[in-house]
Amino acid sequence: MKARVHIMLKDGVLDPQGEAVRHALGSLGFEGVEGVRQGKVIELDLQATDKDTAEAEVARMCEALLANTVIERYEVEIE
Amino acid sequence: MRAAVLVFPGSNCDRDLAVAFRQAGFEVDMVWHKDTALPQGVDIVGVPGGFSFGDYLRCGAIAARSPIVGALKAHVENGGYALGICNGFQVLLETGLLPGALMRNAGLKFICKPVELEVGTSSSDFTSGYAVGQTVTFPVAHHDGNYVAKPDTVAALEAEGRIAFRYAEELNGSVGRIAGILSENRRVLGLMPHPERAADPALGGSDGKTVFAALAEARVSA
Repeated sequence: MKARVHIMLKDGVLDPQGEAVRHALGSLGFEGVEGVRQGKVIELDLQATDKDTAEAEVARMCEALLANTVIERYEVEIE
Repeated sequence: MRAAVLVFPGSNCDRDLAVAFRQAGFEVDMVWHKDTALPQGVDIVGVPGGFSFGDYLRCGAIAARSPIVGALKAHVENGGYALGICNGFQVLLETGLLPGALMRNAGLKFICKPVELEVGTSSSDFTSGYAVGQTVTFPVAHHDGNYVAKPDTVAALEAEGRIAFRYAEELNGSVGRIAGILSENRRVLGLMPHPERAADPALGGSDGKTVFAALAEARVSA
């Protein structure tokens, strides 16, 4: 079973890297990009076979290590 | 007086920190990250600068979950002293021993130069050798020194006089130009600038020596 964790900065936390990407897009002539937020995706290969168990376990991993919940939020996707 | 300096794979200011402690009169033990206990009788734990675990995932995140950090947390919870510099500050924030987080510098550049700091408080055993408002020069060398915290956390830090150092001029986007903060009991200091790299005239400045001398003066004991 695969899990995919999406980690993004919380709303309201300024993302300097996203801002730099937005400026770069503007300078390449892409108009109308009002905002860019950059995050990360972490893929996990799990032994678990039960979706709910896997989801709960990955959420615990996010709280313990994968995300810094002071500034980041996360979403877990199980395949 | 005994100091322990933690060493992670990728630490690169550990020996500088040990020298600064020794010059102030501390006996120093270097403690590997896989150890689960601090040596007996440690008064203060130094968490050094560098690039622990290659800055993978987030700066300081993996170091903050290493075995020795369990012992560091217990030391601090028992009223022990700790000093986290640069990557060490990032580690202390990741452990939750200090509030807030450090993000990529607002200008996105790695900043490596001496900077002027304003001393925010002299009421701590780290800063008692300075006057409030005094300007000191410490080097900075970081990519992720942009301090962020919830507005009520920042307000509490301000109100309780826990902002130990501020950048004299805007540097990296930190809220309130915060360069270093104290814990509630004022026994844990985390800061991005490097006092240990300014602890001897041969290093180009000795403003940072005062931090270690003040700790020795206070004869910190756990």
